[in-house]
Amino acid sequence: MVDRRHFIKKTAGSLAALGGLALLQRSGLAAATRTEASTIIERLPSKEALIKKTYRPPNYETPIHYFDTPFTPNNRFFVRYHNAVIPEVKTSEWRLRIGGDAARTPLELSLEQLRRDFEQVDIAALCLCSGNRRGAFQPPVPGIQWGSGAMGNALWRGVRLKDVLAGAGIDKSALEVSLAGADSGVHKTTPDFVKSLPLAKALDENTLIAFEMNGEPLPHWNGFPARLIIPGWTATYWIKHLTALNVISKPFDGYWMKTAYRIPKDRFPSGQFSSQETAADMPITEIVVNSLITSPADGQTLPNAKSIEINGVAWDGGNGIARVDVSTDGGSNWQQATLKQDYGRFSWRQWHWVFEPKRPGACRIMARATSHSGASQPLEPIPNPSGYHHNAVQKITLHLA
Amino acid sequence: MLRLLLLLSFFAASATAGESQIFLKDRPGKNQVVAQCAMCHSLDYITEHAPIPDRAGWEKTVAKMINSMGAPINDADKQIIIDYLAQNYGK
Repeated sequence: MVDRRHFIKKTAGSLAALGGLALLQRSGLAAATRTEASTIIERLPSKEALIKKTYRPPNYETPIHYFDTPFTPNNRFFVRYHNAVIPEVKTSEWRLRIGGDAARTPLELSLEQLRRDFEQVDIAALCLCSGNRRGAFQPPVPGIQWGSGAMGNALWRGVRLKDVLAGAGIDKSALEVSLAGADSGVHKTTPDFVKSLPLAKALDENTLIAFEMNGEPLPHWNGFPARLIIPGWTATYWIKHLTALNVISKPFDGYWMKTAYRIPKDRFPSGQFSSQETAADMPITEIVVNSLITSPADGQTLPNAKSIEINGVAWDGGNGIARVDVSTDGGSNWQQATLKQDYGRFSWRQWHWVFEPKRPGACRIMARATSHSGASQPLEPIPNPSGYHHNAVQKITLHLA
Repeated sequence: MLRLLLLLSFFAASATAGESQIFLKDRPGKNQVVAQCAMCHSLDYITEHAPIPDRAGWEKTVAKMINSMGAPINDADKQIIIDYLAQNYGK
């Protein structure tokens, strides 16, 4: 499954590095206390420069000026891990194991079998971190202080999860399907990043095991050789380097379901994942309606004499975007933007709006998306303990000169 | 010297050269913080959170690392780490 030698080398290397790191921190080098720049642009192997949030586990977001194409290029796609041991999976050794107490015939598939034995399908879908824009919550909420770039839109190719599960035979006692990948913590005591899905979502025809992204094999940092695509749900379920699926008859009770990635029930719609709900809270599931102005940049100075094109993207959890309205006067008046090509209800939708500036000075631009279900963005984000679902109407300021 | 070479070879292999550029404030308790916290994650997890948690917040975070994330930190080090974080990276 995993290149063992590489794995061991990497683990041993990281342990040796700890000694070294401690040594370096104690040495004279550490005497000059550095204040970290708020934005560090770094390059992971095979990636273009992205905004570094943390080095290890690697968490990098995409600068928003890269969101100017319908599909986010693989080498600009954001990276998000919970645990630091991330083996480079060898295709020939990779196996997907399907089992669990509610699977009748456990089975194991190679990548070749996965590609050959099931119908291949394509879907355009937005991969969006639950905590995207957490850094904009006031008061601040603990967790990675993401800007707006912990997301990306891609065309995924893979096979339906329901077809693969059918091969193992689903017992009528089945309640959830648990999902695990090859990455893990440094200590054995660290909980593996394992998630689960309600059976209905696992059997949804849009839920895929993908091995291609924008016409190329998945990049290592985005889950090579295969990952889950759960269109309309936040990326916490989109397990990378997928290795195990278990069809189970009881609610999965791991840390990443029972404790993490939960939202209060009184503030968000419930009922998507009833086997994991308590009286007070529930797992985050569907993406909420949202939009982002991708150009011009906040704070930019532009000539007052020329027309200005406002560009952006809008998305939701699968109803599709009905309209985007733009205000150029701080929210008093709104005009309907033009929506660009529709790539399907799980894809984000690009939009644009051109306006003629009337007078010099500061100009407040806002954008508000409405989905086909009629849901629209609030003016303030909905507070919640972990800082998820930030979908307040965005405001940027342009200086007209 | 050998340790330093191993360190650099690790960084070359995993492309986290920038990690060696994160320096925490040189105050009492830093050695324990580096030794224990950096086993599982880079120290920018601390600087990233710097202005957010107060002492109670850092207590909660360190307890989470031990109780939920399985960090093998003894009670004496736990207290030193909480004090260091609250004094140097607290609200």
